[in-house]
Amino acid sequence: MKLLIVDDSMFIRNRIERSLAIKEITEVITARNGREALVKFHAHKPELVTMDITMPEVDGIECTERMVQANSTVKILIVSAVADKATAILALKKGANGFLIKPFEETELNDALSRLIQGARRGRK
Amino acid sequence: MDENDIQILIDGTIHYFRATVGQSTEVGAPYLVENREPVISDFTGIITITGAYTGCVYFTAPRAMLRHILMANGETRADAEFMADVVGEVANTISGNARRHFGNEFEISVPDVFEGRAEPNRLKLAERSFVIPITWRQYRASLVVSLIE
Repeated sequence: MKLLIVDDSMFIRNRIERSLAIKEITEVITARNGREALVKFHAHKPELVTMDITMPEVDGIECTERMVQANSTVKILIVSAVADKATAILALKKGANGFLIKPFEETELNDALSRLIQGARRGRK
Repeated sequence: MDENDIQILIDGTIHYFRATVGQSTEVGAPYLVENREPVISDFTGIITITGAYTGCVYFTAPRAMLRHILMANGETRADAEFMADVVGEVANTISGNARRHFGNEFEISVPDVFEGRAEPNRLKLAERSFVIPITWRQYRASLVVSLIE
């Protein structure tokens, strides 16, 4: 599976990539804002995405909506510091499949991605 | 801002360091400062706040502390660009987490980061700010909260 990591912080992009302990993820692509993420999404066709919300240019909510419109089977995990309920609900309405609040620990990230992968498998059956 | 509001930001700071570097962080008693001479260290990440509150929340830290945080996270690079990225992310995370308490009318910007002394117009300060002193290992940083309701 391909994972696209979208975050404007290089520190967080690296932290997510280094934390990964899921054998199904065989390729990682990164993007530093929503606009770059959309370009890479169409070019690489990832099955999984981790998505920040507060980013310059195109934010994570709009980016999520546009990715889901382009590919309804993509699984998107919001990874954001924005921790209020209204934002989480909005992200889920736009098509996100999960929500992980920063700061996160490695196990929380891997557990959340594993749940998305299980969901993707169920969707294919 | 009342004591409860400040405590939310203190808790957020402790939680951030615990999750990111896995070490206990000491947070000192917050104090008020006049903003004629803002508290600034080597690198500063500012989040501008709009909505029900206006002003900013910023995290400012010394170079040595940021280098240590990067190393503790397995980074081999510790240049100025990366250090600026870290202070922005700390400010962004603590401010973003605070929305759980303040609600979605606590609107946060993307981080603005700089090295050294600020240009005055980059810090949108109220007349007075709360400074929350942070000690991690031997390093001292500050979270500065400058908001008007």
